Amino acid sequence: MVFKIEPRPVPSRQMKYFSPLIAALLMLVSGLLIFTLLGKNPVNAFYAFFIEPVNDFYGIGELFIKASPLMLIGIGLAIGFKANIWNIGAEGQLTMGAIFGGGVAIYFNGSTSFFILPGMFLAGIAGGMFWASIPAFLKIRYNANEILVSLMLNYVAVLILSLLIHGPWKDPQGYGFPQSVLFSESALLPVMVEGTRLHAGVLISFAAVGVGWIFLLRSFIGYQLQVSGLAINAASYAGFKYKKMIWIGLLAGGLTAGIAGVSEISGPIGQLLPSVSPGYGFAAIIVAYVGRLHPGGIFLSSLLMALLYLGGESAQMSLDLPSAVTGVFQGMLLFYLLAADFLIHFQIRLKSTSALKGTRP
Amino acid sequence: MKQNWLPRTVLFISAMVFIVAGFSSMAFGKDKLKIGFVYVSPIGDAGWTYQHDLGRLAVEKNLGDKVSTKFIESVPEGAEAERVIRDLAKSGYKLIFTTSFGYMNPTLKVAKLFPKTIFEHSTGYKLAKNVGTYMCRFYEGRYLTGIIAGKMTKSNQLGYVAAFPIPEVIRGINAFTLGAKSVNPDIRVKVIWVNSWFDPGKEREASEALIDQGVDVITHHTDSTAPVMTAEEKGVYAIGYHSDMSKYGPNAQLTATTHVWGDYYTKVARQVLDGTWKSTAVWGGIKDGMIKLAPISKKVPADVVELVKKTQKSIADGSFHPFTGPIRRQDGKLLVKAGKHLTDKDLLGMNYYVEGIIGSIPK
Repeated sequence: MVFKIEPRPVPSRQMKYFSPLIAALLMLVSGLLIFTLLGKNPVNAFYAFFIEPVNDFYGIGELFIKASPLMLIGIGLAIGFKANIWNIGAEGQLTMGAIFGGGVAIYFNGSTSFFILPGMFLAGIAGGMFWASIPAFLKIRYNANEILVSLMLNYVAVLILSLLIHGPWKDPQGYGFPQSVLFSESALLPVMVEGTRLHAGVLISFAAVGVGWIFLLRSFIGYQLQVSGLAINAASYAGFKYKKMIWIGLLAGGLTAGIAGVSEISGPIGQLLPSVSPGYGFAAIIVAYVGRLHPGGIFLSSLLMALLYLGGESAQMSLDLPSAVTGVFQGMLLFYLLAADFLIHFQIRLKSTSALKGTRP
Repeated sequence: MKQNWLPRTVLFISAMVFIVAGFSSMAFGKDKLKIGFVYVSPIGDAGWTYQHDLGRLAVEKNLGDKVSTKFIESVPEGAEAERVIRDLAKSGYKLIFTTSFGYMNPTLKVAKLFPKTIFEHSTGYKLAKNVGTYMCRFYEGRYLTGIIAGKMTKSNQLGYVAAFPIPEVIRGINAFTLGAKSVNPDIRVKVIWVNSWFDPGKEREASEALIDQGVDVITHHTDSTAPVMTAEEKGVYAIGYHSDMSKYGPNAQLTATTHVWGDYYTKVARQVLDGTWKSTAVWGGIKDGMIKLAPISKKVPADVVELVKKTQKSIADGSFHPFTGPIRRQDGKLLVKAGKHLTDKDLLGMNYYVEGIIGSIPK
């Protein structure tokens, strides 16, 4: 008797949308099992991980602050991923957005003009899109692999930020420490709910979910992207321009990542630091996938990912668990999702060895 | 009537249990000072955060059941830190140590919201009514290790793997160089910047590059044990930093500059318990027991050990300052006249190399 993996004749459509739920459920069950093995009361652990972080207004605000960049970037990446354009460089595009937007804030530091904040966002969008245009250009012109190029540019962007923060943009009153001046009030996003850090940037992310939904599911370009992703030959036969798809696919990610970068520095951070993102650009890839590249799904999966981050901190505080627990949960979620997706497309059959022998040539 | 009796009793009893449980937990928790620690990296078994955690354990040992401590590790500097610090304050931690420079502004923001909570921020420069700062005079240890390196080198070339060109790091390089030059005027110090506090891969590459250039004593101002391990493999000497790293380089490590936070943390916790705490900027060194050398290797000759012990004593009693003139800048210009020494303000803003260091500070 041996196991044999066979492709399913017709992959289930419903299961494609159920698989994230199954993965989340399996993650929970495994999590509870791990908590029990660690000698923690699973109910307490569950409470500490998933309820405690969001049991007050401040916590809910934090959840949305954390989910906001993930949601925003997730939407942008999904547009590219639909067309099989693999932008792994959102972290760098976010950083570039923060550099361009932060540059405006630093240059006009002290000014009270109303136009500073919009100016920062425009500059941030330009920065993010500029950084995303490099892999797009190289792919079109030289057929360079956009995964490698965009991935490598992440490191370049972070080093450019480091250069600026250690050099010309260093706070002159900062005893030589690598950080910029604190932005003035006019360069900061307003806080929406008193007593939380919930800033207006979250609204941009919500808007992006709406725009992304229209763009991906209700526009002709969205349709073209999808066809290009599914069958490139069919797309070119239909006259869709693949070059255009590459530009749109990468620039959409650059645009949203650039906005996310400015939202971070003008929202919760309030200055430029050597590192402006704890890996949002990478986590957003998981978010886009768990959300099935669907804006509604991305909205939910970004909240789930954010909750895992907050839960990891809360678990350290009330359960004495190490911080690695966050990574374990995120890893399990992705692992189960990939496993579920695999089983949507393939089935495992038990075959007797004699039957197998018969099939061999 | 009878059927109503049971549920009501159950309700009553469970209510009582909750009330009693609530009160008893309050009674037990009342006198304990809850102390929170925020760490920038995982604790691991050597390095910056590891030393802080030793300090936390010392507080627990010294103050026993008067305190309870908690740490949150791997907290990124930036937007995350503020939430973590706030959560600790909200959960009733009345004394919170934030142990990385990047926590400075988040600590101050949270301190405004929790005026009754006391915050202590490490390596920063901004104070508030309920925020104190603390740091140790790393450079004192650097000077001493420089003496050992200057005596032990055969090639007269020392290597330094450094993280970021900020005053704290530059001060260490200068002190190390001055220490080495005090016993060996021909010494040259080569610096490689890795632009990261913790990157074992880059630290290893930098160490290998230095050794290839003829350096035979390596030291570092980064968090990993990679430089000491590389020295061990290549058969050269190393001087550790943060922690005693002899485990990673039993033959290579000559000594290490280590930070000792336990006494300071215990002192602060006592002050908070007694209500005598005041916001101050503490900069403690050998005198305060905040800087110690790891046990010196048997390979170091006895007269050198003697010299180091003597210098250590004179730094501790204040009769000697590592930045005592004559000191020349890298370009040969006189910086400090003979008999004078640099002030704390000069040290805090240090952004130049002294004579004997090769290369320039990245701008």
